[in-house]
Amino acid sequence: MAIRYDATIASEIINNFDTKPEMLVQILHAFVARYAFISDEAIRQIADELNLSRADVHGVVSFYHDFRTTQPGKRIIKICQAEACQAMGSRDLTEHAKKSLGINLNETTRDGETTLEAIYCLGNCACSPAVMIDDAVYGRVDKRRFDSLTATAGAK
Amino acid sequence: MGQQTTVYVPRETAAVSLGANEVAVKLAALENVDLIRNGSWGASWLEPMVEVEVDGTRIAYGPITPDDVESLVDTNFLQGADHPLRLGPTHEIPYLIDQDRWTFHRVGRIDPLSIDAYTAFGGFSGLKKALDAGPGAILNELRTSGLRGRGGAGFPTAIKWQTVAEASGEQKYIACNADEGDSGTFSDRMLMEGDPLSLIEGMLIAGLAVGADKGYVYLRSEYPLTRTIFIQALSLARKHGWLGQNIQGSDFSFEIDLHLGAGSYVCGEETAMLESLEGKAGLIRYKPPLPALEGLFGKPTVVNNVITLASVPGILALGGERYASYGPGRSKGTLAFQLAGNVKRGGLVEKAFGLTLRELIEDFGGGTASGRPLRAVQVGGPLGAYIPEADLDTPMDYEKFAEIGAMIGHGGIVIFDDTVNMATQARFAMEFCAVESCGKCTPCRIGSVRGVEVIDRIVANENREANLALLDDLCDTMVDGSLCAMGGMTPFPVQSAVKHFPTDFLSPDGENT
Ligand SMILES: Cc1cc2nc3c(=O)[nH]c(=O)nc-3n(C[C@H](O)[C@H](O)[C@H](O)COP(=O)(O)O)c2cc1C
Ligand code: SF4
Repeated sequence: MAIRYDATIASEIINNFDTKPEMLVQILHAFVARYAFISDEAIRQIADELNLSRADVHGVVSFYHDFRTTQPGKRIIKICQAEACQAMGSRDLTEHAKKSLGINLNETTRDGETTLEAIYCLGNCACSPAVMIDDAVYGRVDKRRFDSLTATAGAK
Repeated sequence: MGQQTTVYVPRETAAVSLGANEVAVKLAALENVDLIRNGSWGASWLEPMVEVEVDGTRIAYGPITPDDVESLVDTNFLQGADHPLRLGPTHEIPYLIDQDRWTFHRVGRIDPLSIDAYTAFGGFSGLKKALDAGPGAILNELRTSGLRGRGGAGFPTAIKWQTVAEASGEQKYIACNADEGDSGTFSDRMLMEGDPLSLIEGMLIAGLAVGADKGYVYLRSEYPLTRTIFIQALSLARKHGWLGQNIQGSDFSFEIDLHLGAGSYVCGEETAMLESLEGKAGLIRYKPPLPALEGLFGKPTVVNNVITLASVPGILALGGERYASYGPGRSKGTLAFQLAGNVKRGGLVEKAFGLTLRELIEDFGGGTASGRPLRAVQVGGPLGAYIPEADLDTPMDYEKFAEIGAMIGHGGIVIFDDTVNMATQARFAMEFCAVESCGKCTPCRIGSVRGVEVIDRIVANENREANLALLDDLCDTMVDGSLCAMGGMTPFPVQSAVKHFPTDFLSPDGENT
């Protein structure tokens, strides 16, 4: 379920980083950890409290892949697209994932369950292809293993 | 109560990605088992590798999936009994004994979150010497060692530290680059998961040497387990007086903050990393000024890779000369090579510089995982050249690699079999640059997008010769006109692919001349 934005809690998060502008990237991470994405409301409040312009905050949000600006699915599946995983068939695996979920990269299934994203290197390159489901990394993920993982792992 | 037996199951990303946590839970439930979650020895192809201590010898079994636990227990593995997956004593596994473990000598061996285990295997002896000897002697030892930066550029570490030490200013910083963005690399991760205190010790020594009291570790966000373990290590060090005010009663104080990256490859470049540490978008800074003089928040800053810093405690403890006795020419010491991609025995191999790429891939790696012929190897990450099989006898040496137009970088070795299409790989190099470019300069931002288009046209056989010439020009412009190595080195994988694998750039309909 999407967590409702709460200005008081948002303030607390910013406070946890001493309301310092140099902590902006870390603050945005904390927002993603709580709300799964960075909303317009969040950008406004962070800008206000850190004494930055909204454009400044927006610039940082849009620079980093981690800071998505739309509500993702309940479960986020990231498939490594970098060279070591390519060498072990990650392109095929990605096509398989798209087909079986019925979505492209950076899309969410219509039921709001699953978001599929690209990631560039999980550091699991000796056990490629690598997949991350929420915060858990899986190694040597072939199509069969992908299917069994998505049938169970990460379902909340 | 019967006698307790010590069992090790790694708490390390690769092992965990293959079920080590489930294995650990099952084994911990056995009676009379003391479970230790160690780091990985680096033989990732054997993970999850379970070890049992029998009469002081560690007997290894692997790879042990959660499904294997039952049969393991049935065969009385707690006494080291035979089993189809028994590997024998850990210290006799050829993959491990043939290495030169310097930076990684405790990794796999110890509980990463035990100060006692750390000190029992030499931990903090480098720092103690450094505290006694003082900054000048630390820099001397480092100079003697010949240590060069392991993040990619291979810059002599002693010179960097000396510049910061001599810079004026009260506030100086140590910034550890743990962004580890290159595909095919995981040595920073394995070190931080398996022996995090050695990185902390290295940063303390750096702080002492240059007069800094504050350090930052910039860790990629793609490493959640590493983050958890490193946070635990920081609080452990604080609790035992190895971080904070007046470390071990000395007049030296030092603190370390952990920051997370946010999925940007270019933030591994040191000036982009500093911007990111300041909370901003990771745009590359113009150099000069050097970060050593005007770095984080404009203050003199040492920026070093994890492996660089974690190699320092050993250099202080055992002497720079000992370190320099490894490796040929100007490639002194050891490097933690990482065998990745399509390789049978993937993992981490720490060796003195000088062995050949073939020795690493064949003797350690055992060739491709698929069993098909090897076709290309990319060394040094996404900006590294593709190397054909004919060049595999090149020694792992910074200068020898430069001679063949390649680079060692952070030591990642990605192996491809003969199913690879090198035009696809060249296209990816350009595409990756387009996705990750910080956008500050045109040759990189626009050139990479154009590069993708031109490669598409070549493969589609549109004005082939003209487009190949255009690709060459484009690459030259990127090499000459880019502000940093992102745009400046992306042409290396592209041009090496064209040069060594020209047939892959022919159109599939075979109409090319
Ligand atoms: C695009 C790009 C990405 C880089 N990524 C990393 C990285 O992930 N980790 C790293 O240590 N160095 C990386 N570097 C190299 C750093 O800029 C810098 O040279 C290094 O951190 C210095 O530390 P060292 O001297 O200990 O190697 C990168 C460089 C470039 C141009
Ligand atoms: S080469 Fe690319 S990444 Fe480097 S400064 Fe220019 S635009 Fe940024």
